[in-house]
Amino acid sequence: MHAVIAQTLLGLFAAVVLSSNALAEQVQVAVAANFTAPLQAIAAEFEKDTGHSVVASFGATGQLYAQIQNGAPFEVFFSADESTPAKLDSEGLGVSGSRFTYAVGTLVLWSAKPGYLDGSDAVLKANQYKHLAIANPQAAPYGLAATEVLDQLGLKAAVKGKLVEGQSISQAHQFVATGNAELGFVALSQVYKDGQLSSGSAWIVPAQMHTPIKQDALILKKGEHNRAAAALTEYLKGEKAAQIIKAYGYQL
Amino acid sequence: MPLSKADFAAVLLTLELASLTTLLLLLIGTPIAWWLARTQSKWKSPIGAIVALPLVLPPTVIGFYLLLSMGPHGVIGQLSQSLGLGTLTFTFTGLLIGSVFYSLPFVVQPLQNAFEALGRRPLEAAATLRAGPWDAFFTVVLPLAKPGFITAAILGFAHTVGEFGVVLMIGGNIPGKTQVASVQIYNHVEAMQYAQAHWLAGGMLVFSFIVLLALYSGRSSKRVWQ
Repeated sequence: MHAVIAQTLLGLFAAVVLSSNALAEQVQVAVAANFTAPLQAIAAEFEKDTGHSVVASFGATGQLYAQIQNGAPFEVFFSADESTPAKLDSEGLGVSGSRFTYAVGTLVLWSAKPGYLDGSDAVLKANQYKHLAIANPQAAPYGLAATEVLDQLGLKAAVKGKLVEGQSISQAHQFVATGNAELGFVALSQVYKDGQLSSGSAWIVPAQMHTPIKQDALILKKGEHNRAAAALTEYLKGEKAAQIIKAYGYQL
Repeated sequence: MPLSKADFAAVLLTLELASLTTLLLLLIGTPIAWWLARTQSKWKSPIGAIVALPLVLPPTVIGFYLLLSMGPHGVIGQLSQSLGLGTLTFTFTGLLIGSVFYSLPFVVQPLQNAFEALGRRPLEAAATLRAGPWDAFFTVVLPLAKPGFITAAILGFAHTVGEFGVVLMIGGNIPGKTQVASVQIYNHVEAMQYAQAHWLAGGMLVFSFIVLLALYSGRSSKRVWQ
């Protein structure tokens, strides 16, 4: 009798475990470096709410594009621009109709030194610093936006020889955070939390000074039949994700 | 024109960096290797281990600590600033220091092997002929250890040409100053300029093969170098 009960319980237990496994899937995502912190926060909430799990790889948009093109196992791509997901879509690597703008990025001129920047472009114009860090404009949309701002301010010639390039926005941030560059153009999301600057000093670049950094996401062909991929993109359009995204300084 | 101006600049910079690194390493590495080959000191093993560290450490570890220590608050950074040199990240000098450390074992170890293989007898013979230590070094040790020096120079040079991670982390990708060939290849790949990446990458492949071919054929017929 006892043995029968035990067996039944075991069977039930196994059924529960198996069915929950069958429902919860894993989604592998490629994420532009600037969206690292918000995505981690969103993924934690998403995992709690849905039971699905997220495995994320972070890098420069251009680098992730090359990896996806060459068969990387990513199922959803969170780009730092609009054009890269559009290109993947036209190359047949994306699920058509799944593309949407999940955030609009904000560019910020940032220094690790408190009080170094005064909320304006004065320090940039005074040109007394030694190194100005940006992300590689050919691979990272925030780097491209930074060069547009420098053009707009007429400082292109002045910064020549002072410009140091990180391969992604993370490396540009690293150069500034370690003090090797006095200041640099980074994503507001990297230095901003809960509606305020988390350290150092900054000038939040007015949005009209560069092409809007519309960041698009796309479900990739490899994620076409993964329910977790669809669930994650839906989750990003929801209210909870929107709050997190805004708290990191993005527009929606 | 398969190579752009920036590509040529990157190749030249790479050769310059590798040559200077090799020269510095022969100057620094020779006394270290000599000491390691001769000493009975209890410090032999720890110093030998430190010299060999770059063999096993990922370039990210070396690059990360160089970035911190060369920065304005780091040990090297404070020293270079007090000497009026400013900080060394994003400079050619900074890359040179990084490369010397990164390629150190590739020069010291072949030299140490060559010195150990010499034994004491040639020097004792030189001493009985009243050769001073410097005289003995230049007229006895140097000619006998010549294959070791050639191996060390080739490996040091080639390894510096192949350097990537350290440069990426402390260089800042500045054309003509820190943008070496390996980084330039990475730039082309990132920017999806695969044709240009091929020209540089293919050139690098051929160059590396020729260097190693010279090294191995030289080893199998040592007479060539003696």
